[in-house]
Amino acid sequence: MSKTFSPSSSGFSLENNKLEFLEIRQEVFALTRRLFLQLYRRPSTLVAGILQPLIWLVLFGALFENAPSNLLPGGIVYGKFLGAGIIVFTAFSGALNAGLPVMFDREFGFLNRLLVAPLRSRSSIVIASVIYIATLSILQSFVIMGAAFSLGYGFPNFYGVLLVLITLLILVFGVTALSLGLAFVLPGHIELIAVIFVANLPLLFASTALVPISFMPPWLGWLAALNPLTFAIEPIRAAYSGSLDLGSVLIHAPYGEVTGYGCLLILTILTAGLFIAIRPLLNRKLT
Amino acid sequence: MPLVVLQNLVKSYGPIKALSNLSLEIPQGSFFGLLGPNGSGKSTTLRILCTLLEPDSGEVLVNGENALKNPRNIRSKIGYVAQEVAIDKILTGRELLQLHGDLYHLRKEYREQRIKNLIENLEMNDWIDRRSGSYSGGMRRRLDLATGLMHEPDLLVLDEPTVGLDIESRATIWSLLKELNKGGKTILLSSHYLEEVDELSDQMAIIDAGRVIAQGTPDELKKNLGCNRVTLKVREFSNEIEGEKVKELIKKLDGLHNVVVNRAQGYSLNFFVDTSDTLPILRSQLNEQGFEIFAISESRPTLDDVYLQSTGKTLMDAELEVANKRDLKKEAKQSMR
Ligand SMILES: Nc1ncnc2c1ncn2[C@@H]1O[C@H](COP(=O)(O)OP(=O)(O)OP(=O)(O)O)[C@@H](O)[C@H]1O
Ligand SMILES: [Mg+2]
Repeated sequence: MSKTFSPSSSGFSLENNKLEFLEIRQEVFALTRRLFLQLYRRPSTLVAGILQPLIWLVLFGALFENAPSNLLPGGIVYGKFLGAGIIVFTAFSGALNAGLPVMFDREFGFLNRLLVAPLRSRSSIVIASVIYIATLSILQSFVIMGAAFSLGYGFPNFYGVLLVLITLLILVFGVTALSLGLAFVLPGHIELIAVIFVANLPLLFASTALVPISFMPPWLGWLAALNPLTFAIEPIRAAYSGSLDLGSVLIHAPYGEVTGYGCLLILTILTAGLFIAIRPLLNRKLT
Repeated sequence: MPLVVLQNLVKSYGPIKALSNLSLEIPQGSFFGLLGPNGSGKSTTLRILCTLLEPDSGEVLVNGENALKNPRNIRSKIGYVAQEVAIDKILTGRELLQLHGDLYHLRKEYREQRIKNLIENLEMNDWIDRRSGSYSGGMRRRLDLATGLMHEPDLLVLDEPTVGLDIESRATIWSLLKELNKGGKTILLSSHYLEEVDELSDQMAIIDAGRVIAQGTPDELKKNLGCNRVTLKVREFSNEIEGEKVKELIKKLDGLHNVVVNRAQGYSLNFFVDTSDTLPILRSQLNEQGFEIFAISESRPTLDDVYLQSTGKTLMDAELEVANKRDLKKEAKQSMR
C-alpha cells in the first residue's frame, strides 16, 4: 500500500550506508549552521568568553610581576606560568556553556521541532553542539594565546601548538558532555547558569592554573592534583616551556607522580567516561 | 483504508488522565476537525500522533504503518504545526525554512524551490528575510504553517492554528487550508472554535475529557440531534424569578428538553424541541398560565448544541470550568524534554 520509499532496517547495502551518511551530514551541518548564525548575530558570549580570561591574565600577571625570580620551580616568570592556566580556563569556561543553547531549546519548545523531524540520528543534535562549542572555545583560547604572546609570555613551537590543541580538545569534549548532561537534567536555564557560575572559580583556584602544588596546603594540594583542569594545564605548560617530553613527570601529586602521557590518558578516560555516562540520559530525552 | 487510525489511546500525566480510550479514524483526503474545550486532550492526541509523546497504551497507525514501532517513517509523512509556536527569534524566516528542509533531508535545489513556492503562496515575501523575532502573530503562524508544509507531507496536523489571531489573519489561513485540502491534502485540525470546525471540516469528532463523544460530518452530527433549538422570551427584558418560573412550567411538557435560563439574553429561555408541533402546545400552555409570548424563534441546532446534548454543558461553560484549574506554566515545565 505505502509506495513511499522507506529507508528501513532491511538494507545493509553500501548505497544505504552512503545515503545515511549524507543525511546525517546534512542534519549536523544544518544544526551547526544555526548555532553559528546565533553566535554571529549575538557575539556577546564570544566576546565575554575572551574578555574575562584576558582580564585574569593581565591582572594576575601584573600582580606577581616583581615576585622574586626564584619563586617558581625552574625560575620561570610568573606570566609564563600563568599563561597555560588561563588558556585552559578559557577553554573550560567556554565549554561549560555548551548546554545553554540546548536548555533554551528545551524551555522554548524548539527542541520539539527537531524531535518531530525524521532525523537519521538524534545524536546529530549532540554532535552539532560539540562542533560548535569546540570551535568556539578553541578560538577563544587561541586569542588568549595571542594575548599572552604580546604580553611577552612566549608562544609554543609547532609541536607545542599541536599538543595545546589536542589537550584542549580532549578537555572541551569532556566538559561539553558534562554541560549537555546538565542541560537535560536541570529544570531550567537559571539552574544551569547557577551551576556554571558556581563551578567556574573554585575549579580555577583548586588547580595549578595560578600557583604550583608546592605552594598549597596539603588539602588544597590534594584537590588540585585531582582536578581535571590540572591534567590539561600541565601538558600545555610543558608545551610553553619548550621541553616537549611527555614522558617526563609533570605533576608531583601527593599520591604519586604523573607524566605528560599520564595527564592526557586521564583526561581521555574522563572524557570518554562522561560521554558514556550521559548516553542513556540523551537516549531517554531525545526519543 | 483510513490514513490515520488511533485506537484506544490512553495517556495520563501523573494523576491526571488526559486521554481515556480515545479512538479516531481519519480518512484519506479529508479535512478532519477535532473539536473540544480546553483541556479535553486535543494537544495530547496530536502529540501522540506526531510521535512526540508515547501513549500509555493504544495503537497509532499511519498509512497502515505502526507509528510507535517505526516513528521515523511516520515523521517524514506528517507536517506538524504545534499549538505554541517556538521559533528561533534570531533566525530569519527563510533560515528557519532552510533548517526544516535539511532536517527532512530535502535536496538543496528542491528545498529552495519549495521555499520559493511557499513564500509566494503564503505571501511572505515582504518579511521572510527579516529576523523572526520581529514578526506579528499572524506572520509567525504563517511561517509555522510553511515549516509544516516544507516537505510536502501526506498529512498536515494543526493544533489550534488560529487561536489568538485577528479576523483577517484567520481568514487568510482558513482559505489557504481549504485550498490545500481541495488539492488533495489530508488535514487534521484541532480547535475549540465551533465556527472553525463547522466552516472547514468535512469530518469531525468532538472530544471531551479525553474521549470521543460524537463523530461524523458536521451536518450529520447536527441532524442526528433530531431536534431544533428554540429561544423563547415572555417579555423583552425579563428577570430571574420570572425566567425560573417559566422554566418550571415548560419543563413538564413532552418533547421538550434541556431548558436553560439564559441570563445573557435578558433571561430568555433556551431549549430543544423534537418537532415543531410542540410549539403550539407550548403557546397555549403559557397563555393558560397568564404569560404572553414576546418572541419565539426556532433554529437549526449548532455544534454547541451537539456538545451540550452529550455533556449537559455548553462549550463555553466547559472552558470556564477548566480555565481556573489548569496550571499552564507547570504543564509546560512538565512536558519539557
Ligand atoms: N505536561 C502536562 N502535565 C500535566 N498535565 C498535563 C500536561 N499536558 C496536559 N495536561 C493535562 O492533560 C489534559 C489534556 O491536555 P491537552 O493539552 O491535551 O488539552 P487540549 O485539549 O489541547 O487543551 P487546550 O485547548 O488548552 O490546548 C488537561 O487536563 C491538562 O491539564
Ligand atoms: Mg492544546
